[in-house]
Amino acid sequence: MAKHETPLLDQLESGPWPSFVSDLKAEAEARAKNEKGIDYQIPADCVEDLLGVLELSYKHGRTHWKHGGIVGVFGYGGGVIGRYCDSPDKFPGVEAFHTVRVAQPGGKYYKTEYLKQLMDIWELRGSGITNMHGSTGDIIFIGTTTKQLEEIFYEMTHNMNQDLGGSGSNLRTPADCLGESRCEYACYDTQDLCYNLTMEYQDELHRPAFPYKFKFKFDGCPNCCVASIARSDMSFIGTWKDKIQVDQAEVKLYVDGQTPPNGGAHKDGNWGPFDIEKEVVNICPSGCMGYKGGKLLIDDKECVRCMHCINVMPKALHIGKKRGLSILVGAKAPILDGAQMGSLLVPFIEANKDNDYEEIKDVIEKVWDYWMEEGNNRERLGELIKRKGFQRLLEKCEIEADPRHVQFPRENPYIFWKEDEVAGGWNRDINEYRKHHKR
Amino acid sequence: MDAAEAKKIIVEELEKKTKSKSKFYLKDFYKFLPDEKPRAVKNIVNDMVAEGILEYWSSGSTTMIGLKGRGKQAAAEDED
Repeated sequence: MAKHETPLLDQLESGPWPSFVSDLKAEAEARAKNEKGIDYQIPADCVEDLLGVLELSYKHGRTHWKHGGIVGVFGYGGGVIGRYCDSPDKFPGVEAFHTVRVAQPGGKYYKTEYLKQLMDIWELRGSGITNMHGSTGDIIFIGTTTKQLEEIFYEMTHNMNQDLGGSGSNLRTPADCLGESRCEYACYDTQDLCYNLTMEYQDELHRPAFPYKFKFKFDGCPNCCVASIARSDMSFIGTWKDKIQVDQAEVKLYVDGQTPPNGGAHKDGNWGPFDIEKEVVNICPSGCMGYKGGKLLIDDKECVRCMHCINVMPKALHIGKKRGLSILVGAKAPILDGAQMGSLLVPFIEANKDNDYEEIKDVIEKVWDYWMEEGNNRERLGELIKRKGFQRLLEKCEIEADPRHVQFPRENPYIFWKEDEVAGGWNRDINEYRKHHKR
Repeated sequence: MDAAEAKKIIVEELEKKTKSKSKFYLKDFYKFLPDEKPRAVKNIVNDMVAEGILEYWSSGSTTMIGLKGRGKQAAAEDED
């Protein structure tokens, strides 16, 4: 029988989707049976108490967790988030129930053996509850006591070569798509760049450096599978600067119905025969395509990298040959000021492994220097850009403004010139001026 | 300014303010050392944490820093 009655949580299990309540109950039962004979280092009934405290929160309509803490592992200012229950007399198993963030492997590739090793540590020294994965991408261990933190950290770093992730006012665990390891659309090696920057910026990842959180995410192409454009302060999105590669013979096979569009992803639906005009050409967002005389025509300079045509006809169209990435900045979720998407800062930059990504690091450090100097406490980069203007960021990054930085032309008619940008400055002789410009 | 002098100033400034609050944002430390770049101040502050003079407090989203042992401690969070 359950330790706590949970009628409100039980109701959540009745919906159509898999329920986290059922998962918690299964874990609580497994810990009670302890068939593996584990010498639990935190209370065996902690998951029972977690269900109890959650039920109480639903009943009262308020949280029963206290906020934050000083806990951590030695030398690190992130990766552990202190959590304490405000009713330890009722729920002693979750009196201290800290979260540990574990840096996920690049592209989220792991072996079963690795997951088993992680769980062997976590079942012994924690609650056994995980979140695979948190919204930043980390593997999240939910619930352990302070005494176990150094033990977990030692075992992970020494036996698994596995580090903690970022939390607090740090660089957060960088996240990438699987990139060139499996995807033909990847315009650069996302995993290599992600790993390189993770190693380069270890100090920023593990110790607070900034006014608030800062996220890097790496997408190999504009399909944006890790949604870097919406979820990271600095987003690295693969692109190309020449033409989309077109194989007209393969285009014909799509048009003739011999190759299924979208790699056959929609073949079970009743969509009728493939219509290249209706399904590709006419819905190109910049209208840069035409289909004439059995040939697909693309005005590449108008292409906005929506990827739709390439996704629909992957055997006929392919990313360009001169590849690199665009850097966008300022995306964030809606805590203050509403959600923001990233704004284009660097239209094209090469991802050059040979010089250790020097040009990319130069941009990153200029952005950080600006944000560290002028950002307010708890102000995300996107909010600073909004407060001070995008022009200020361009100046600080020593990047010339360019039409690609303008999302909507002529939306704002005001141009603020600076004195040193105007011949003669502000102190021109008005009488001399009036000789040529009468009222 | 050498690191030892910077650390002394930080401790003095924090001692002055400790009556009103025990935890500070990293940006507050920039004001204690106005001639130093933010990145240099960050390195000094993180050194002081490693040396056991300061300690971090984290909500999970934001990190604050204070003199070690001041303000609410783990023991006061109902945990030994």
